[in-house]
Amino acid sequence: MQKPVYQRAWFMVLPVVLIVSFSAIIPLMTVVNYAFQDIFGPDSRYFVGTEWFTQILGDPDLREALGRQLLFSSAVLAIEIPLGVGVALCMPRKGFWVSACLVLLALPLLVPWNVVGTMWQIFARPDIGLAGVALNSIGFDYNYTGDTLDAWMTVLVMDVWHWTSLSVLLCYAGLQAIPDAFYQAARIDGASRWAIFRFIELPKLQGVLMIAVLLRFMDSFKIYAEPFVLTGGGPGDSTTFLSQKLATMAVGQFDLGPAAAFSLIYFLIILLFSYVFYTVINNLGKGVS
Amino acid sequence: MTTSNAAATDQSAAELENKTAARAKPARRKASIGSRKRFIGLGLYIFFLMVPLYWMLNMSLQPNSEILGTFSLWPQTLTFDNYIQIFTDPAWYTGYLNSIKYVALNTIISLTVALPAAYAFSRYSFMGDKHLFFWLLTNRMAPPAVFLLPFFQLYQTVGLFDTPLAVALAHTLFNVPLAVWILEGFMSGVPREIDETAYIDGYTWPRFFVRIFLPLIKAGVGVTAFFCFMFSWVELLLARTLTATEAKPIAATMTRTVSAAGIDWGLLAAAGMLTLVPGALVIWFVRKNIAKGFALGRV
Repeated sequence: MQKPVYQRAWFMVLPVVLIVSFSAIIPLMTVVNYAFQDIFGPDSRYFVGTEWFTQILGDPDLREALGRQLLFSSAVLAIEIPLGVGVALCMPRKGFWVSACLVLLALPLLVPWNVVGTMWQIFARPDIGLAGVALNSIGFDYNYTGDTLDAWMTVLVMDVWHWTSLSVLLCYAGLQAIPDAFYQAARIDGASRWAIFRFIELPKLQGVLMIAVLLRFMDSFKIYAEPFVLTGGGPGDSTTFLSQKLATMAVGQFDLGPAAAFSLIYFLIILLFSYVFYTVINNLGKGVS
Repeated sequence: MTTSNAAATDQSAAELENKTAARAKPARRKASIGSRKRFIGLGLYIFFLMVPLYWMLNMSLQPNSEILGTFSLWPQTLTFDNYIQIFTDPAWYTGYLNSIKYVALNTIISLTVALPAAYAFSRYSFMGDKHLFFWLLTNRMAPPAVFLLPFFQLYQTVGLFDTPLAVALAHTLFNVPLAVWILEGFMSGVPREIDETAYIDGYTWPRFFVRIFLPLIKAGVGVTAFFCFMFSWVELLLARTLTATEAKPIAATMTRTVSAAGIDWGLLAAAGMLTLVPGALVIWFVRKNIAKGFALGRV
């Protein structure tokens, strides 16, 4: 059914527009202001055009950070989405255990992000952590503060621990929505477990999987607190992602111009993905009942 | 468990009458082996989720000498000193109070402004509605780091710096769009005939909204409140940047454990465990709808 046109609905939306303008548009305009000027003080500011942008885009450090960020986000998706589908398929379908599992699964999502870092720090330290001590005692020379590969693995496993439940929950909700008749029809046809998954469950999961992929991509793309607490971006710069670079530049060194230019580029990348997300979600509403 | 028990009784029943049900038996046995494999998979995953949590609990109940001295899987000398210190030292417990203050404030603000907006988006079409919706979405997706510097200056200029209200307002950046999205999803599930009937019965819009519509989307409001609470509670970067001493959140207080003498691991673990309590308390109430919330009301 078509929604009726009603221009006065704007009044209902107005509070949201005002409050989000205050917390989004004003700050964003400040960033734009900084990105094109060199500011020494309230009275001495010079228009510098695109100088900061050229500087940021040419910065090899930042290019490396962007590369790391893309690598990290791809790795996160490659692990968390299939694992989420697998675990969701293992979930019981009804009874008390469903609620218990849902609560246990959702628990990592509620841990404050810096505490996730703290927890894995305690868990993975080679001297006092369970995982660190266990890995060292079975012969691995594991030390996440010294070795780049170990640090990466730890950050990745931490993210899997933290966020896989999100894709499990989404897939589980998608699986619940499949009517029993589909499975009965498959049984009559004598379909194998794989065929049921491939031709019934996977197509029906398409919508939720899309949401999971995009949410995970965007949230992993702006990851900050967890690696910051766990490794501090080290060893060296090996686990420093974009958000941390930006935070250091903006409030650590107060490099206003470059930080603002960096912010705008970062924001545009996210905007691009948001647009894809929005289009996909909108089309989902039309295609799937 | 219940399913595997049921499968087991099924199986013995099948054995009792194996002459009549000879053909059903192999299929059932196969199913029960399959479900056992599934439970092992799920069990392993939940074990993986729980081990780091257990380890933090373990640490929080040990004195530091034991944490650094002996390695053990459970506390040898059980102590609650770490928790007692947090509950008696104002520098610690005000961190929790500050966090709860801005989280509560943010949840209230977000829900109040999002409810009418979500109704408008779900019921009417108006000029620029799609663009507005997209603009809201971009704010949910924006990296908080982008807004770090301008927020810092904006709130200092308007004199809100280092107050819970500053953090609450800053968190509306991602919570208001999220709330609009989730609520819109839930509201679209309510048939429009209900609105029309109410208007014919002479209800005004505010009375209809509060008396009839809100009770219908109770679950949605609950889930939205939960998500606003959660995303405000877990955020660190903005909360830490917008506060100094007066409104310092627990996330920032936790860095206090790092001193010249090294890190106070026991205290850090205890503080971490306590941050889990609010989430663990409320999650039971939204367990059924949590997936719908993450899918922005669209599953």
